[in-house]
Amino acid sequence: MSNAREAGRRWHDMGGKDAEAIAHGEHDFALWEKRVDALLRIATARGFFTVDGLRRVLEDMGEDTFETMTYYERWIASVTENLIEAGVISVDELNARMTEVEARGPTYGDAQGAGE
Amino acid sequence: MPHDHHDHLSPSGHPYRPDNDEALSYWQTMEIAVRELLVENGITTLAEINEQIEAMDRRSPADGAKVVARAWVDPAFKARLLADGSAAMKELGFEPDFMKLVVVENTDEVHNVVVCTLCSCYPRNLLGLPPDWYKTRAYRSRTVKEPRTVLSEFGLELAHDLRVQVHDSTADMRYLVLPRRPDGTEGWPEEKLAQIVTRDCMIGVAVPNPA
Repeated sequence: MSNAREAGRRWHDMGGKDAEAIAHGEHDFALWEKRVDALLRIATARGFFTVDGLRRVLEDMGEDTFETMTYYERWIASVTENLIEAGVISVDELNARMTEVEARGPTYGDAQGAGE
Repeated sequence: MPHDHHDHLSPSGHPYRPDNDEALSYWQTMEIAVRELLVENGITTLAEINEQIEAMDRRSPADGAKVVARAWVDPAFKARLLADGSAAMKELGFEPDFMKLVVVENTDEVHNVVVCTLCSCYPRNLLGLPPDWYKTRAYRSRTVKEPRTVLSEFGLELAHDLRVQVHDSTADMRYLVLPRRPDGTEGWPEEKLAQIVTRDCMIGVAVPNPA
């Protein structure tokens, strides 16, 4: 691969790099993860942003987040950022609601709201 | 705490799902808040969110397997599938949405394998959500560089004269491998054929095993 190719290369462009052996682990997705996925599909179906918008924020979050955050943690961060940029939700209302949600209790089950 | 958690019932009266009992994380808090704000602002409804999750749960590799089995028994369908995957999957009742489906055929000369080096694009409308390993740095990095080694880590040893083609997915274009129909399956009904077509066969990290 040429030096020019390497110079412009961002962290998410992983193809062809060296890496460890494949880890075959899998997990069933938790309800909250499926909800994040559903929110993405709904938000993109409404035209608030595209999959490219999702990726732009994920990639701008940087390489560290790929190691320190789980897949759907990164996704909800990006979905939220895109919704704020699109003017669908405001930072203030988000902050206020997150404070309120946290106060409901110590587990996701306590805090999840009227989802079911 | 307004309710007694020890009975393991949620405020709605349903039992907690096991994954709801862990400590609330910052990102889960964000998901709850965003979901509630979208509902309150009239952008979506709880019913729509639940319907999306149910649709997600309904999709599985069995859907892709039906497409493969049909292609194995119906040459005209196979030709249409290879020409325009999105249109052909619709014939069997599967919705491609925005996804352009490209089906790549394994033959005696070529073995195909699918990756997304840039993110995690995957033919989810036919296979469901991608497995964790598909999204790892290791799979994304190495599959385009040393596919035979990667495949051997999945237990797939390919003959040296078989050419390996690696397909790198994009957000708008998703690849599905049409595996080679194994010898010894002549005369099998379509339903039985579908049962040997696993998710990994359609990603290209395995081949169907009729045994």
